[in-house]
Amino acid sequence: MRLNELKLGRSAVIDHVEDHAAGDPVAERLRALGFVPGEPIRIVAVGPIGADPIAVGIGFTRFALRRAEAARVLLRDAA
Amino acid sequence: MSVLNAALVGNPNCGKTALFNLLTGSRQKVANYAGVTVERKVGRLTTPGGLSVRLLDLPGAYSLVATSPDEAVTRDVCAGTYRGEPAPELLVCVVDATNLRLHLRFALEVRQMGRPMILVLNMIDAAKRQGIAIDMPRLAAEFGAPVVTAVGIRRDGGRDLLRALDLPPPPPPPAMPSGSDFHAEARRILADCVTRPSRLGMALEERLDRWFLHPVWGVVILFALMFVMFQAVFSWAQPVMDLLDAGTAALGQAVGTILPDGPLRSLIVDGVIAGAGSVVVFLPQILILFLWILALEESGYLPRAAFLLDRVMATAGLSGRSFIPLLSSFACAVPGIMATRTIQNPRDRMITILIAPLMTCSARLPVYTLLIAAFVPERRIAGLFNLHGLVLFTLYMAGILSALVVARVLKNRDRQEEHPLLLELPAYRLPNPRDLALGLKQRAVIFLSRVGTIIVTVSVLLWALASFPAAPAGAAGPAIEWSLAGRIGHWMLHVMAPIGFNWQICVSLIPGLAAREVAVSALATVYSLGATDGDAANQLLPLLSAHWSLGTALSLLAWYIFAPQCFSTLAVIRRETGSWRMVGITAGYLFAMAYGAAFIVWRAALLLGWGSNP
Repeated sequence: MRLNELKLGRSAVIDHVEDHAAGDPVAERLRALGFVPGEPIRIVAVGPIGADPIAVGIGFTRFALRRAEAARVLLRDAA
Repeated sequence: MSVLNAALVGNPNCGKTALFNLLTGSRQKVANYAGVTVERKVGRLTTPGGLSVRLLDLPGAYSLVATSPDEAVTRDVCAGTYRGEPAPELLVCVVDATNLRLHLRFALEVRQMGRPMILVLNMIDAAKRQGIAIDMPRLAAEFGAPVVTAVGIRRDGGRDLLRALDLPPPPPPPAMPSGSDFHAEARRILADCVTRPSRLGMALEERLDRWFLHPVWGVVILFALMFVMFQAVFSWAQPVMDLLDAGTAALGQAVGTILPDGPLRSLIVDGVIAGAGSVVVFLPQILILFLWILALEESGYLPRAAFLLDRVMATAGLSGRSFIPLLSSFACAVPGIMATRTIQNPRDRMITILIAPLMTCSARLPVYTLLIAAFVPERRIAGLFNLHGLVLFTLYMAGILSALVVARVLKNRDRQEEHPLLLELPAYRLPNPRDLALGLKQRAVIFLSRVGTIIVTVSVLLWALASFPAAPAGAAGPAIEWSLAGRIGHWMLHVMAPIGFNWQICVSLIPGLAAREVAVSALATVYSLGATDGDAANQLLPLLSAHWSLGTALSLLAWYIFAPQCFSTLAVIRRETGSWRMVGITAGYLFAMAYGAAFIVWRAALLLGWGSNP
């Protein structure tokens, strides 16, 4: 399952972040921001139009990202 | 005496700027780094031990693997490779004690530069309130650098850091083998040195975000905030602006009575004082808008607004960050363009600056209302709409729609990789009055000194064009017709006749470059009404409807939607982008669109038989 498929209010654990192309700067940045394997993540809000972008809570930080960006994040243990 | 070169470095939202304000107070200089639009802040401070420190506030960065010009500057200055910047002798790395997991990772990346550094645990008061316990000696030992605590928003919150600066500089910290995982190392250090209750600290964010990010209530709150902001910039600033206007006029008159009649008096009164007046008149709007923006930014709301508006702005190929600058451009593009500095993505920022002048600013209204009143019949459409209102609405919409088109065209030209949103939603904080005041002061100084000088210079130049050479004694017609501006206007007719303009319009366009609404009084001058600003419009009304064709009026309206008839806007673009090329591109494309639109309108009017005088 990917982060863009996770429902509002649900949590999961990050499995890994996938590069969309070689040296994908967006994936690189996601990893720098703490989207690393084993990190629990939760959807805290979704945008008013088309539920895009989404706001996620990861550790003690919240980030907003578009669904296209979230599609790089693979999850496990969705609850 | 020697000066220590130190640099503050840290994640965005680590409270670095508040700490910088606390340490350096008003002894700050704000400029741009050479060649880029990244803001360079440097301040001076003296430690209790008498050491003089030159402190550079580097742009916030999430990583030294830079993805923005801001981060590239931080990376290069830290590495000592930035041209014109001395390598910092000490890096003061600021981390938010309540968000160590993210911030310590960056601190480890900074440590890798191998420069002497101090680690500052900022917002330690908030961390204590959340029950976070940090073993400081252990953290210093594990991290390999001195660790101090700070509270950027408390008067004595920088005491420990100042004391640490007095000590001899620490040795460069140990570096990790290359290719190490900073996250894993940060987690290891945190597990050893920090204990925190599970997730309690998020409770406030959780509750506030449930409202502020709500698909319905979040949008309602956003619109309420935007409405008040727009009202404030549009109408609350007006009384102060009128006051400043009246003050400038009174000053001009007072000086006018002292000086003997002649070119000198005219230069001082009509050139310098009027020019300076047109500068200070922007201040109320700039201050109100920036007070609002700074408060929204400091409180942590601005990224949330960007979140809510992202999808809407994505239709123009922009992100939610562009909304506030564009909205404020409806009052005036000058503060609007200054507000684009909240947009981190440089490409989005450039596009927003390019299209900001297309938002119908309040200075176009006097021209619009004059022409509409003179040429559009007062009529009701479908028993509901007033035709005057409908035309005005069309003019506003034409600006917005063309901005959308321009933004999309620019986006399609840009075949680069995707531009992510990826935005931190920081913790909510009460804005600190000192930080707001310093931020406002900096904006005002930048505007008055860097933009103001250009505006006054061009004002004097335009005055000279409209005044020299003087009309010969006993000459008929208004003096401006004999001046250089008059001659240029007549010459311009060759270019402007195909869009239906007469020579009077051409001549009044030249002084009208000072500001859009000046065109009204300039027209009055050209038609030798000799009227004051106040009733120029009333006297012009019957005159214009008698002398101009409907086609000419419509063509001039179309021209005004686009034409960058405001060099204050161009001056502020020059200051914000640091490039005359950008000014040239903006002016060029807007004049081209103005000419094209006026041409189409005039040709259509000719076909409809609206091209001749009534």
